[in-house]
Amino acid sequence: MTDQQFKNWYIVEEQDIYWLYCDKADSSTNVLSESVLTELSTIVKKLSVKQVRGLVLLSAKKSGFIAGADIEEFTSLKSSSAAEQLIRGGQAVLTLLEKLPFPTVSLIHGYCLGGGLELALACRYRVAKDDIHTCLGLPEVKLGIHPGFGGTVRLPRLIGAPQAMDLILTGKTIDAYRAKKIGLIDHLVPDRHLKDMAIKCIADKLPPHKPSAFIQMTNHAFVRPILKAVMTRKTEKKADPHHYPAPYAAINLWSHYGGNPKAMYAEEAKSLAGLITGTTAQNLIRVFFLRDRLKALGKGGTFPVSHVHVIGAGTMGGDIAAWCALQGLKVTLQDITPKSISSAIKRAYALFKQRLKNPRLIRNTMDRLMPDITGTGLSGADVIIEAVFEDTQVKKELFQKIEPLIRQDALLATNTSTIPLEEIAPSLAKPERLVGLHFFNPVAKMPLVEIIAGELTDPAEAAKALSFTGSIDRLPLPVKSSPGFLVNRILMPYLLEAVLMVEEGVAPHVIDRAALEFGMPMGPVLLADTVGLDICLHAAEIMSEKYSVIIPGILEQKVKEGHTGRKSGEGFYRYKNGKHIMPKSSSGLSATGQIEERLILRMVNEAISCLDEGIAEDADLLDAGMVFGTGFAPFRGGILQYCRTEGFENIRERLTSLEEQFGERFHPMQGWETIK
Amino acid sequence: MNNNNLKDVYVVDGCRTPFLKHHGRPGPFSASDLAFSAGRALLARQPFNASDLDEVILGCVIPGPSEANIARVVALRLGCGWCMPAWTVQRNCASGMQALDSAALNIAAGRSHLVMAGGTEVMSRAPVQLNHDMLHWMADLRFSKDIKKKLKTIARFRPAFLKPVIALMCGLTDPIVGLNMGETAEVLAHLFEISREDMDAYAVESHRRLAKAQDNGFLEEIEVIYDKEGNYYERDEGLHRDTNPAILARLKPVFDHGVGKITAGNSSQITDGACMLILASKEAVEQYSLPVLGRIIDSNWAALEPSEMGLGPVHAVPPLMKANSLKPEEIDYWEINEAFAAQVLACLRAWENEDYCKNILGLESIFGSIDRERLNVDGGAVSLGHPVGTSGARIVLHLLHVMKRNNARRGVAALCIGGGQGGAMLLERDGEGP
Repeated sequence: MTDQQFKNWYIVEEQDIYWLYCDKADSSTNVLSESVLTELSTIVKKLSVKQVRGLVLLSAKKSGFIAGADIEEFTSLKSSSAAEQLIRGGQAVLTLLEKLPFPTVSLIHGYCLGGGLELALACRYRVAKDDIHTCLGLPEVKLGIHPGFGGTVRLPRLIGAPQAMDLILTGKTIDAYRAKKIGLIDHLVPDRHLKDMAIKCIADKLPPHKPSAFIQMTNHAFVRPILKAVMTRKTEKKADPHHYPAPYAAINLWSHYGGNPKAMYAEEAKSLAGLITGTTAQNLIRVFFLRDRLKALGKGGTFPVSHVHVIGAGTMGGDIAAWCALQGLKVTLQDITPKSISSAIKRAYALFKQRLKNPRLIRNTMDRLMPDITGTGLSGADVIIEAVFEDTQVKKELFQKIEPLIRQDALLATNTSTIPLEEIAPSLAKPERLVGLHFFNPVAKMPLVEIIAGELTDPAEAAKALSFTGSIDRLPLPVKSSPGFLVNRILMPYLLEAVLMVEEGVAPHVIDRAALEFGMPMGPVLLADTVGLDICLHAAEIMSEKYSVIIPGILEQKVKEGHTGRKSGEGFYRYKNGKHIMPKSSSGLSATGQIEERLILRMVNEAISCLDEGIAEDADLLDAGMVFGTGFAPFRGGILQYCRTEGFENIRERLTSLEEQFGERFHPMQGWETIK
Repeated sequence: MNNNNLKDVYVVDGCRTPFLKHHGRPGPFSASDLAFSAGRALLARQPFNASDLDEVILGCVIPGPSEANIARVVALRLGCGWCMPAWTVQRNCASGMQALDSAALNIAAGRSHLVMAGGTEVMSRAPVQLNHDMLHWMADLRFSKDIKKKLKTIARFRPAFLKPVIALMCGLTDPIVGLNMGETAEVLAHLFEISREDMDAYAVESHRRLAKAQDNGFLEEIEVIYDKEGNYYERDEGLHRDTNPAILARLKPVFDHGVGKITAGNSSQITDGACMLILASKEAVEQYSLPVLGRIIDSNWAALEPSEMGLGPVHAVPPLMKANSLKPEEIDYWEINEAFAAQVLACLRAWENEDYCKNILGLESIFGSIDRERLNVDGGAVSLGHPVGTSGARIVLHLLHVMKRNNARRGVAALCIGGGQGGAMLLERDGEGP
């Protein structure tokens, strides 16, 4: 057995136990590709006739156990019947593994996700390494699908429906401690005891985890319909069933076939095969690869950073500082008054608490984030990020003041969201140093950072910015320096169109509902209120210097009256304790169709213009920017992908008819001629 | 340290947190949080790295339960690296000064070149413990084998078992003579015939001086600190700007009920705070081109009967003067920690008292009078608080700032120590003198 050579696996025989190492060829991470599964099938078949005490399945990779399926292979699936066949094949391998006549243990460290976890579920025992890198989960739903290698069958059986379905429906990953607590893993041991524990499981025939009678009840035929209703209601709050069918398919699978494993395996495969070839999954897979593409941009070059200095402790500055500290960097946060820093520290603590949970890690992270009124951090920082008020003069003066204080090799960046770099950089003795690092709000949720290289910027500095952004687990997107850059420029017409509609008398919540139904994460009116109407107006004014931007009078009026949005307690909505008050009756127009069209098509029109001007390098990067910077309906695969699906010609015609109805702002901009 | 083989000890820089008043509940910071906050700000403005220090020494009387050897906890949180030796000293109210003295000795002996030393104390989080009877009862319950024995043990429970041991109260009571610190101040008031009016007047003046110092920005050693809830602290919280003798006269005596004189108004305040300094050898000053705030010339420790612990400075200072051939009038500024207004006044009177100076201190004549205009010029523990492990470091750091402000040459910082001791430290800088 050990003499046969496999590309992705190797076996060591020790103490009458087979240690089967997963070691995918030419990769630093294990994924369950077709060839990995085929080889596993051969190995398991051969093993089934051996006289051994047990089998331990483990990974030879440092990064972890198995990170999931090979998503690359998803894109080449021709038909749902081909997909179903493939899935059935995978299921069969795991069933073989499950039926081996001796104890099986999966020894888990690092990532154990998706298909990797399903493989582990087919073993009798799961033993995991007790450290912060161990993470388990079934993230399939994030790609618009659900588990397919028996995960929907085995997991509810092992840990009960509520916990299992929570993992399946949200796609969240959990740490080793939590996994042990819910019974997903049998034993949690430090690195030094991992192998001993695996041997002990086999040698002492330890009882595997068995759910309590109460937990088992959750899968009972009488209970399933009740739980199904609860799960459906909970899921509906997070994902629209029309846009995201996968979680609902998973609920249905479990509630219909939860008592019948054999049928459930078959139905799981059928349901997954249907989902995986559908548009939602294909678009989400597209988004997955767009993310990979941006990630790759952040991997080139090495610019070691250990200390970041952020100037301006407002929402953006404070949150950038907190994010950098969370990523392990030392951060100094400068502002004029302790008051603004103190609220940034409070937000940072809330973020750390939510992300880290462990009090020691929270304290260490807080310790890395230093309030710095006097700016002592400037002289030692590797990266300096300016995030003060969006005013060219203020920024120019600031850069002039700090330039002599900072290190020669430090990266000097501005977080301006609208002002072209060419307007700020000339204030510096070395204008070629300045780059734009434009983060999005909220920083911890929006992974995009626009990297702006102005005409004067030294390409080496831009490369440092890319590398830095990658190193703090954000996605860098190089864009051209022009007012509003890419994302805000495309977003602005959408926001202004919404404000125009409010001016026309449409109720804000009707507008917002239309946008939500399209799949935007937040309605444009609420978004404007949240960002701050003064800030929106200011940004619109800056952009109007170069582009034709019509600023609705109602926006100027609101700002003049001091109703600047959420922060002032009133904007287009009224706010109570920071939450907006929804009007009870849904008055206004019922023609949500045209509201959606007006909102989205103005965005589309601007996107085409941006592509034409080369603000982003290509259509895919533009789509990536909108998805990761604004949360633009991911299941649509991006704004241009949406046009592609609808047909560019078709959209252009709709624009032309809107132009006839509403005027020139809908006139198809330059770029439509060349787009395909 | 009048020994030619010893090296000069320089104070480079220092910084402290605001002193936070005890509001009757655990404060927002632990002792290591405060020392860390002050230390982080202090290190951030130095030209060297945290790991360039040779050691970290902290004074602390009651660290939190998870802060054993708190100096090491703080050193590691400050990023000094795994290889940073750190140790904690405890000499009650003088722990902070003891840390400076220990650091200075190591530098003088050539064993260290760059040391972070100071004190930290969080009195508001002093542990409240289960009493002995309770612990025995719990052990009995645990070892009761069967239900019958368990029930029997449970039946033996008495409500008195729930009476907590309040570490702060224990710490402020002398274990040998059984007097609370406030009672020792009553003893001194009686011995030196200090009236309630004198004490209260002293307290009012302490507040007035602190208010003036705040208004003029004299407390430049304070660093703003931030908690997790979005609050920040930039000033000492103990200050009562509106206090006056009439208000203080209304307060009831806390220790000798009914007939005593020591009140909450003329005692130091229970507070949380930390103070950190950087001490360096001449080599380190040159290597990193460090600024010099002043030099630690010498220190002296003395001891006396615990019930008169407040007179500690009276015993500690004269030998320090003698060893350095100095007379009191050659000292430009003084800091004597204000544990109690009565206690500071008693110290001053003892030095003016011929009988005490001759018979108890063994001097040839009186030690002399201290000009009140040169003593605790910016207020003291009565107005800004006395986090016990911290005060010794604070008075040294602040005295150096006072000397710098007035271009003075010499200063003495002294304090009384619970248990019956006194400590004094002689500081110098290249000033003109008065």
